[in-house]
Amino acid sequence: MPAPAVMTAPNKRIGDKIAVALLGLSVVIIIAILVVIIANIAYHGAAAVTWEFITQAPRQGLTAGGIMPAIVGTAALVILMSIAAVPLGVATAIYLHEYTPAEGLSLAWKRFRVSKGRPGRRRLFFRAMSALLATVTRSAVANLAGVPSIVFGLFGLGFFIQFIGRSIDRATQPPGEVLWGQGSLLWAACTLALLTLPTVIVATEEALRTVPHDLREASLALGATQWETIRRVVLPGSLSGIMTGAILGISRGAGEVAPILFTGAAYYLPFLPGDVTDQFMHLGYHVLILSTQSPDVEATKPLLYGTVFVLLALTFLLNLAGVIIRSRTRSRSHR
Amino acid sequence: MTTTMDYVSTSAPAVQLSPRASDVTPPPAKIEVRNFNFFYGETKVLHGIELDIPEKQVTALIGPSGCGKSTFLRSINRMNDIIAGARGEGLISIGSQDVYAPSVDVVALRRRVGMVFQKSNPFPKSIFENIAYGMRIGGIKDRRVLDETVERSLRRAALWDEVKDRLNASALALSGGQQQRLCIARALAVDPEVLLMDEPASALDPIATQKIEELVYELKTNYTIVIVTHNMQQAARVSDRTAFFMLGKLVEYDVTKTIFMNPTQKLTEDYITGRFG
Repeated sequence: MPAPAVMTAPNKRIGDKIAVALLGLSVVIIIAILVVIIANIAYHGAAAVTWEFITQAPRQGLTAGGIMPAIVGTAALVILMSIAAVPLGVATAIYLHEYTPAEGLSLAWKRFRVSKGRPGRRRLFFRAMSALLATVTRSAVANLAGVPSIVFGLFGLGFFIQFIGRSIDRATQPPGEVLWGQGSLLWAACTLALLTLPTVIVATEEALRTVPHDLREASLALGATQWETIRRVVLPGSLSGIMTGAILGISRGAGEVAPILFTGAAYYLPFLPGDVTDQFMHLGYHVLILSTQSPDVEATKPLLYGTVFVLLALTFLLNLAGVIIRSRTRSRSHR
Repeated sequence: MTTTMDYVSTSAPAVQLSPRASDVTPPPAKIEVRNFNFFYGETKVLHGIELDIPEKQVTALIGPSGCGKSTFLRSINRMNDIIAGARGEGLISIGSQDVYAPSVDVVALRRRVGMVFQKSNPFPKSIFENIAYGMRIGGIKDRRVLDETVERSLRRAALWDEVKDRLNASALALSGGQQQRLCIARALAVDPEVLLMDEPASALDPIATQKIEELVYELKTNYTIVIVTHNMQQAARVSDRTAFFMLGKLVEYDVTKTIFMNPTQKLTEDYITGRFG
């Protein structure tokens, strides 16, 4: 071989170096932004977070006191939202991944069309319909994930409160009384659950996909039904993946303000919510209030930093739990 | 240059060849197959298969890759049902019950017909729970029955002595050969009549392979065994009868010794002697 073939042309080497430098720079920028945000909030916020701050209600027109009602309200909201979103999302994902035809709509429909006059045509028809349902559901999930969160808020107001809530009131309450047809923990949780659903569904499907086909076959070959296989093999094998996805979805939902703006979050409440029909304070909403509605900006500033700090800390804790569960699963599956 | 003799006489077989059974009356058929065809979508992959698989013997299915032997094996316990667009036509009957009759409960069928796969596939559970899986599915909760059956199954799969002290350890910690014997034990625990094995030793080293082969030989006293294999020495060593498949057709089916020593079809001889495949 002639020598030039193994040598890299100088301009090629320079191009390589520029590419590496640009890629490295973008990484540095991302990390720098994150560090600045966190350092700023930690520096100003940590000083504001005292025992009183965490255990007391706001006082003196939001210029003193703590954020206890907002912490409790956020926790209650997240718990209710999880109860609504996780079972529904996991069930949808199980249906999509385990029960709908793997071959997809067009192939299932083609197989049905060419099956004229053969036995089992009815089964092929149901298969094609099931594939159609799966396609519709999947695109609904994908579109749901792309809807801006403020639209969810408006939808929650229109659907849950104005339609469902008012209907319940008309049926159960004396005329003129409003119990369900107003913003509340319940409707805010339902609205937020809608926002979280796509994340839970996609993450659960991903987790189900990691369970090897071999294991399903082994179970079926031992005389297990499909549901027994799902319950005893597929779900235990994907549980940590499902939990990780659910936690990440929930932690995203926990910080969202727009969906709860019209559906139950309160500006200021002197009492804690005691019922799902009560309104509630919320950390994210409290940040918005403190930064836009304060009568004394300077006095509010430490409180604002403290609130953001607590909100971020809670979200990070949730994310951290998700990451830990995921890494533990990984190390187990790569024995 | 390989000759037919090499396949049956090399390296002191772990198990003896069965006596020349084509001379005697064949034992009663456990599985009868009549004009069985199989389709993946529009593609016909099995063409008019006819054979009788005798009870408590080992029947080997051999043939080049893609000849339909695995598809045929999976048709016997209807594992192909889970593949989209797959369908069988014709008759496969086990103990005179038509496997493809509409009234057949597939779940019950698979409890009668155990299966061992090419790649060992233990559940990520303990050794004990792997063996107990089929029984738990069947609703058996009595701890004594579970304990006894787990031990009996592991003994039958020649694994008991190696794992008896660590039944609660993860099955995934076992070696490849042990995992495959665990899968055999798991299949035996639900007390099937027929055992289907899809290249059970193809991913194992020679020692582990020999153990599986010895096991197959032991098991045929109680079970009817159908085994797919790519290894012709293995077919010669463990099986009583051999069916040679090619391009979705059954080319020849006879007593193993006849297939290897004195095949009637030119195709069979060419394949056995390694002229193609």
